[in-house]
Amino acid sequence: MEDLFKTDLLHQVADLDALPVGAYSIRSNGKSAMLNSTAHIQITPKTDKPGIDIHVAPGTKNESMHIPVIINETGIKDCVYNDFFIGPDCDITIIAGCGIHNCGDQDSAHDGIHSFFIGENSKVRYVEKHYGTRDEDVSGKQLMNPTTIINLGKNASMDMETTQISGIDDTTRRTSAVLAEGASLVVHEKIMTTGDQKAVTDFVADLNGANSSCNIISRSVAKDNSHQDFTSRLNGNAPCAGHTECDAIIMDHASVLASPQLTANNVDASLIHEAAIGKIAGEQLIKLMSLGLTEQEAEEQIVNGFLK
Amino acid sequence: MLELQHVGFVAEGEKEILRDVNLKIDDRFVAITGPNGGGKSTLAKLIMGIEKPTSGRILLDGEDITELSITERANKGVSYAFQQPVRFKGLRVKDLLKLAGGKTSTISEACAVLSEVGLCARDYVDRELNDTLSGGELKRIEIAMALARGTKLTVFDEPEAGIDLWSFQNLIHVFEKMHERTQGTILIISHQERILNIADKIVYVKAGQVEKYGPREDILPGLLSGNGACKALTDKLAHTKEAL
Repeated sequence: MEDLFKTDLLHQVADLDALPVGAYSIRSNGKSAMLNSTAHIQITPKTDKPGIDIHVAPGTKNESMHIPVIINETGIKDCVYNDFFIGPDCDITIIAGCGIHNCGDQDSAHDGIHSFFIGENSKVRYVEKHYGTRDEDVSGKQLMNPTTIINLGKNASMDMETTQISGIDDTTRRTSAVLAEGASLVVHEKIMTTGDQKAVTDFVADLNGANSSCNIISRSVAKDNSHQDFTSRLNGNAPCAGHTECDAIIMDHASVLASPQLTANNVDASLIHEAAIGKIAGEQLIKLMSLGLTEQEAEEQIVNGFLK
Repeated sequence: MLELQHVGFVAEGEKEILRDVNLKIDDRFVAITGPNGGGKSTLAKLIMGIEKPTSGRILLDGEDITELSITERANKGVSYAFQQPVRFKGLRVKDLLKLAGGKTSTISEACAVLSEVGLCARDYVDRELNDTLSGGELKRIEIAMALARGTKLTVFDEPEAGIDLWSFQNLIHVFEKMHERTQGTILIISHQERILNIADKIVYVKAGQVEKYGPREDILPGLLSGNGACKALTDKLAHTKEAL
């Protein structure tokens, strides 16, 4: 167990410095390392493929579970399927996340496929952070391809916070959601890319139920020679409300493609998209410099605030 | 003391904005006034280092600061409250006030300066400086930042513009308190008679030159009576008077 906390990866991705209270499943270097179920949250390993099934009993409230993944060996290729079956009338928090520390010249990769089946009237807060580092003199990359599949039942809601802190060389982040009557999905995405990193984000939400709503808010910073590609599509198939927003700061020689898309298949679907890409405003830098900050400090403040 | 010696500024496109400006400023309150487009804001930007003069020198307490950056001037005690405050997505009022107040500043100090500009600290410290704040609110926060810095020289660019539901008297009170604390110089660009009324000295800038500079008693009557070449100002003053 001590090995799990040898690096700060668990702290970075899940704020863990010790084993958490409640249910958890910690995966390390491609294998399940620790697993704990509680009275209301049952975690069982899958038998047909890598991953776990999580069953949350109906009416479970104010409980949380942690399911972080860490990799600190080089050359690990991990693919894991986690299925969440959340009963009706629950109110729970799920902390996921993946951290890779590469100490060699081979690429290390984690592909996590998370499927959520959220019961009627249930509320889920889902937090995931992605983070990578590597030793100075090695060439192995950190790769992550998270897939999130969300099925929201009648009047169910999910609040998803997804953050790529730093150090992921290549990522394709796919999220798809299907919303039943009265269901609601809010997604806050924050991404920073540096160096030659590449990040692709792809959201699709089908608003199938009457009075369903979806709000996707993405903020990103692309530095150096990095590239980001953001697509978000809302399909309004019923009387519903949808909003998607992408706000990006580009710096140096970075590039960003933002592509919000709306499809309205119902006359009462109310859908809005916004996208803005630009460099840090000169006047913002000047203002902070006039408070005594150097240009570099001013830039850091602006970027950190933007991604907070 | 701030001193400008033969300061000139030619903008891109070779338009001359300021010509041979000579000023020595060490009074409590000094107002800079004059018609729009006359070069007042450019003068303020030259003092803060946002623009560099194309000729002449700027001295602060005898030290030549002409080539110093914005940051260096800020650290030597120059502050600047923008005419149009800047918005920051994600940065909160308390973040900006803490940056303004320096590393040792506390949250209670941030709250104190907000109260001084008539904003309830509890309602504002955690607000982001984004589009949810009105122009008037941003303007007061901008003034609060200058207060939090409390440096020996502060330049306010049209501080009264956009200040809603908050009387001039309060604004003037803020300047007085600020002076009490810093014992420095407050340089205010303004068209407002009530602000000109509290100035120890008035600089009248027109067409890129200092046309008049002297004690308020000597300069103000001329500006208000419409004598000389300042019809634009008197018109504006008359207009704002009507509006009040």
